[in-house]
Amino acid sequence: MADIPGTGAKPLLSLHNINMTFGGIKALKNVSFEVLPGEVHCLAGENGSGKSTLIKIITGVYRPEDGAVIEYDGQTYSHMSPVTAQASGIQVIWQDLALFPEMTVAENIAFQTVIGRWPRFVNYRTMRDIAVKALQRLGVALDVDAPLKDYSIAQRQIVAIARALVGEAKLVFMDEPTASLTQSETDHLIEIVRSLSASGVAVVFVSHRLAEVLEISNRLTVLRDGALVGVYPVEGMTQSRVTELMTGKNFDQQVRAKSVRDNPIVLEVKRLSRPGQFHDISFNVRSGETLGITGLLGAGRTELALALFGMLKPRSGSVSLHGKPVRFSSNRDAIKAGIAYLSEDRLSLGLIQPQSIADNLVIASLDRIKSGGLLSDDRKRQLVARWIADLGVKIGRQSDAVSTLSGGNQQRIAIAKWLATDPKLLILDAPTVGVDVGARAGIFEIVAKLAESGLAIILISDEVPEVYFNADRVLHMAQGQIAGWFDPQSCSLQDIEAAVYA
Amino acid sequence: MNTAVNRIKEFLGPEIAGPGLAFVAVMLFFSLASPQFLSSATFGSVAFQLPELGLLTLAMLLPVLTGGLNLAITFTANLAGLTVAWVLQANGGVDAGMASFVLGCILAIAVGAATGVVMGLVIAYTRAHPILVSLSMMIFVRGLGEFLTRGGDISGFPAFLQPIGHGSLAGIPIPLLIFIVCVLVWHVLLTRLKLGFNTYMIGSNIDAARYSGVNTRKVLVLVYTLSGAMSAVAGIIMLARFNSVRVGHGESYLLITVLACFLGGVNPFGGFGRVIPVFVALVVLQLLSSGLNLMGANQHLATAVWGILLIAVMILRWLAAQLMIFNRRKG
Repeated sequence: MADIPGTGAKPLLSLHNINMTFGGIKALKNVSFEVLPGEVHCLAGENGSGKSTLIKIITGVYRPEDGAVIEYDGQTYSHMSPVTAQASGIQVIWQDLALFPEMTVAENIAFQTVIGRWPRFVNYRTMRDIAVKALQRLGVALDVDAPLKDYSIAQRQIVAIARALVGEAKLVFMDEPTASLTQSETDHLIEIVRSLSASGVAVVFVSHRLAEVLEISNRLTVLRDGALVGVYPVEGMTQSRVTELMTGKNFDQQVRAKSVRDNPIVLEVKRLSRPGQFHDISFNVRSGETLGITGLLGAGRTELALALFGMLKPRSGSVSLHGKPVRFSSNRDAIKAGIAYLSEDRLSLGLIQPQSIADNLVIASLDRIKSGGLLSDDRKRQLVARWIADLGVKIGRQSDAVSTLSGGNQQRIAIAKWLATDPKLLILDAPTVGVDVGARAGIFEIVAKLAESGLAIILISDEVPEVYFNADRVLHMAQGQIAGWFDPQSCSLQDIEAAVYA
Repeated sequence: MNTAVNRIKEFLGPEIAGPGLAFVAVMLFFSLASPQFLSSATFGSVAFQLPELGLLTLAMLLPVLTGGLNLAITFTANLAGLTVAWVLQANGGVDAGMASFVLGCILAIAVGAATGVVMGLVIAYTRAHPILVSLSMMIFVRGLGEFLTRGGDISGFPAFLQPIGHGSLAGIPIPLLIFIVCVLVWHVLLTRLKLGFNTYMIGSNIDAARYSGVNTRKVLVLVYTLSGAMSAVAGIIMLARFNSVRVGHGESYLLITVLACFLGGVNPFGGFGRVIPVFVALVVLQLLSSGLNLMGANQHLATAVWGILLIAVMILRWLAAQLMIFNRRKG
């Protein structure tokens, strides 16, 4: 991998003068982009910066405006078509993988090889052989005859990569490949990407998670608002520098931790256990405190939160709220008692996406918009207007579907929904998932203000910097147990990261 | 002034455009095609026929809004009718008094609600598909009804039932009055009560609703219970209209109620839809069938035209959506 910029290697793919307009809005402005053979390249940018539009132009889904020059593997094109892109070895692994869960691994890997062939019989033995070979090349052992749904997301991703290789890929795009992987799975994926790169396949990563991107890539192309910010060697890059490039803003984060030892205890958890999920968990949260909980996926963080929220029943241990023991038979009891839980899965559990902004905001506090026993539209409108102003949410009309909002604004609506229930304890589970880097700071601004007003907050995140900078104390969970406590005022970010990724 | 306009808009809902247009189109077409169309006779026939299908459609509407279906509505209506008939017969048949009719109605609504409670509980707790659950209930209710009546009719009711099916109050047919009251009850339920609000939320995403603290099981049970009770009201009206009860009466209405919901802008997957547009859609269907009847067309042809109308609606909706996308691109 000596092909660092400036060494004069001929690019595998180069695009110049790419322009694209959707509905009067310029999605790409005079962008150029280059990938060298066999390199690992990172394409970084916030949501809406034009990353996916660029990929879709390279794979022939969109046709760029006149004047575009696309050079790929010695040929020049004014635009690609999906057929030429596939035939010449450009493959994309989308975030949703586009696989068939009910079919076998072999069928998933090799089905493209049998499409359109004559005679139209499917030769399962050939398909099997192709699949076995592709998996061998990746150094992975999977049962090719098992249905895909038996495998985890990480393994499915490997199947998607194997399928790309069957198409004789020279250039593979991976769209947010690590978004749903644990650290060890990510490590394995990185190994695979390295071996692909060593065998001459160029890989372009599209990712939000900056740590792994910096670990694996040779070069970095940054887009912002549809324009090219620049191309940089990864050596010497830091996360905060990349964030700055992506957002155009300087995010010098400071530890917000403060001492709250004199505040009254809001939540006290003693020896809480639920077999197979969490074990012997004890902690407390004080009024005005933000308790950070971090740990790898599967550490039992979300299960613990759901137990506090009354949606899972702990087997043993106790929970008290303001000194009074509580036992919830459903989350309705928990909400009544003053506990709110912002789900980690905003798309399918946190908000009801097709329904209106207003209805999503008031769903948990309908009793507050009643007048004479009936729901009042006027009161609803006033309540919603107040919260939208309070949290600085940018919306069109209250009756618009909540799905029309950006990730950051959706999350504000979800937070407002819970604040409207007047909670004593707010549990935020991964509040920045799917929220742009630039908008994350705004979310934490709100969190800090809420804590200042005396709310007790539990902040759960697998991104260690988030809890380090925004929590007063950090609880590290591993395999369902408390693995350690950290005080951001007296430890460094690296201390916590070392413990979490050990 | 402006708020008044907004109130009316709010009352009608955004789904009114489709059925509203269809209403105008049908009125125009038949007034031009047939001079007798714009007459009190036409509106009389519409007014008397509307309530049967209409009440059954109201019964279907609530489950559809939750993303489900209640296929048992017509046979539940029959069973409710039978309940009234038995109570009347046990109290003297033709000579039965008003009190026994009221008792019969209460029992009938209880029977209808009971079928709903059972379906609701099964759907809420086992999360079995509503189509399968209500289909099973439909087969059960139908079999039970046929077993108890041996497949025959029950008739011979007191004379005071006649006005409920055929009488008028201040010029408005009594069945229509009952239907309009039910429409308003459903409208208030869906727009002003927590139950209605939660019905829409569950229809869009039941898990997210549960995470937000909605008692999804209670809502489902209540929705199917109300659906069963409304079926019973339809059954009572049918008894008064036909002056007899037989298992199988109104069976052909079953799927038309689903389509009437759809014509009224209800999302077939749940979460969206309002009562008033559905009411307009029902009027359109009835006008269509009365108009065709007036022009001398066969009753069965009217049914076929309903089918064509609904297919046309789907195509028009698709075209409208395309046009909106096109305009957005251009804009």
